[in-house]
Amino acid sequence: MKKIGGLQLSRKVNEKVANLKPSGIRRFFDLIIGREDVISLGVGEPDFPVPWKIREEMIYSLEKGITSYTSNQGLPELRNAIAEYYEKFGFKPDPDRIIVTTGVSEGIDIALRAIINPGDKVIIPEPCYVSYEPLSILAGAEVVKIPTTPDFKPRYEDLVKVGKAKAIIINYPNNPTGVSYSQKDLEEIADAAIELDAIIISDEIYSELSYTFKHTSIASLNGMEDRVVVLNGFSKSFAMTGLRIGYAIAPDEIFEAMLKIHQYCMLCAPVTAQIGAIEALRNGESDLERMRAEYLRRRNYFVRRLREVFEVRMPDGAFYVFPKINANSEEFAERLLFEKNVAVVPGNAFGECGEGYIRCAYAVSMEKLKEAADRIVDFAKRIG
Amino acid sequence: MERAEEILRILEDNAKVSPKEIAEILDMKEEEVEEIIKKLEGEKVILKYKTLVNWEKLGVEEVYAIIDVRVNLTREKGYDDIAKRIAKFPEVHAVRLVSGEYDFQVVVKGKSLKDIAFFVAEKISTIPEVRDTVTHFVLRTYKEEGVLLFEDEEDRRLAIVP
Repeated sequence: MKKIGGLQLSRKVNEKVANLKPSGIRRFFDLIIGREDVISLGVGEPDFPVPWKIREEMIYSLEKGITSYTSNQGLPELRNAIAEYYEKFGFKPDPDRIIVTTGVSEGIDIALRAIINPGDKVIIPEPCYVSYEPLSILAGAEVVKIPTTPDFKPRYEDLVKVGKAKAIIINYPNNPTGVSYSQKDLEEIADAAIELDAIIISDEIYSELSYTFKHTSIASLNGMEDRVVVLNGFSKSFAMTGLRIGYAIAPDEIFEAMLKIHQYCMLCAPVTAQIGAIEALRNGESDLERMRAEYLRRRNYFVRRLREVFEVRMPDGAFYVFPKINANSEEFAERLLFEKNVAVVPGNAFGECGEGYIRCAYAVSMEKLKEAADRIVDFAKRIG
Repeated sequence: MERAEEILRILEDNAKVSPKEIAEILDMKEEEVEEIIKKLEGEKVILKYKTLVNWEKLGVEEVYAIIDVRVNLTREKGYDDIAKRIAKFPEVHAVRLVSGEYDFQVVVKGKSLKDIAFFVAEKISTIPEVRDTVTHFVLRTYKEEGVLLFEDEEDRRLAIVP
């Protein structure tokens, strides 16, 4: 055998991966580790535990030894429940076109991989969730970012300007801005997609957390079902974040392609989580309402407090508020952490146009939120 | 009315929330909140502001007992009359008319088992309409007023997540 010493492993890593920028959130996470008594508004995760009855169902299923694989697509019972449930967002999908995924994260990945050929353009309105761009790049796409500040909504003109695109990724209510799209906004996006002959990947994970108006799925618009991949899940609405359970609803051919990838890379979503999800859809409504009402109260309180010092657009949903701070967002966030022990995420982590903003998640108790607001207001007044 | 209900829901959970904070939460004027609270207090919708204490943690001894009481009704004395008589004893924490084998469920608070035993024997059983009683001493309370009295479900979230 020849000696193989001295191999530079960095040369062996996939170029696309090697060139990916690490998440801006990651760097900030390192700053926080080891600090005590930090009030973190940096957590994009409900502060409620999974409702007890959902946990009970999962415990029972484990006791009964239900721990095996399910069909690739997911338990038929769950897919039927999802189909029924989605009616509230405007359309009833065929359960045979639903794939139960390990969270929306997997959904985004397999949707992109299913449709992208090398060099295809993917349009991403920013500020947006941190993983859309990297996953698009990994799928081989050329990413076209569209800034949406100051109102955080993508415009028809800006979208069609791209010329030719394979897909548009939207997310509403939005992480990090909390903005959601009205029927009219959705029609504008749909028109642009038709004009571009693009597929819409619609991440609707915050659909249940919509306060200003009722969430409507873009797939429910006339004929759009054939052009939209809907992604949703249980992490935010039912606080099931660590259980990694979500679903994708896709048009026939895309569905087939996504299922192939899902089947090879994931096989199936965890069965325990699938059982919890069935219970969530069947009997979770009251828990959902309780949590939604609490977030709404916190939103009202927190936005009012932040408006003492910042320009803040009232978020329509999710549990984020994205105030304009008129300062370098990383410096601001870093100083706020070191001087006041409050963690927020710098806006530029969600795209360049998020610079000058910070993301605050109000998924903390009212008591903590009050303390955080006091500290932020105090800090902002001091630095002027 | 709807606003009053929203205010009450907040106060029921935490009586310490100030009218100013409630106004911020519900997007109302502070004076408006104060006025509604005052009205609710006047109308005795709000009966009392109370603190839920875990006395056990402080090592303070308190004994609770649940007494099932069966009564004989007469032409002159109905459930309400008997209940009111029982409710007036300061040792009595709660009186409820219940369905089932017994008529009333009476919760009694005392300093010792002896205290309560004495109270049942001397005060409750001697009421002419009382037919019989069964006393259950509370050994330990795990949940009170919807609040868990044991450590549970700490926040295990990471400090920063997407």
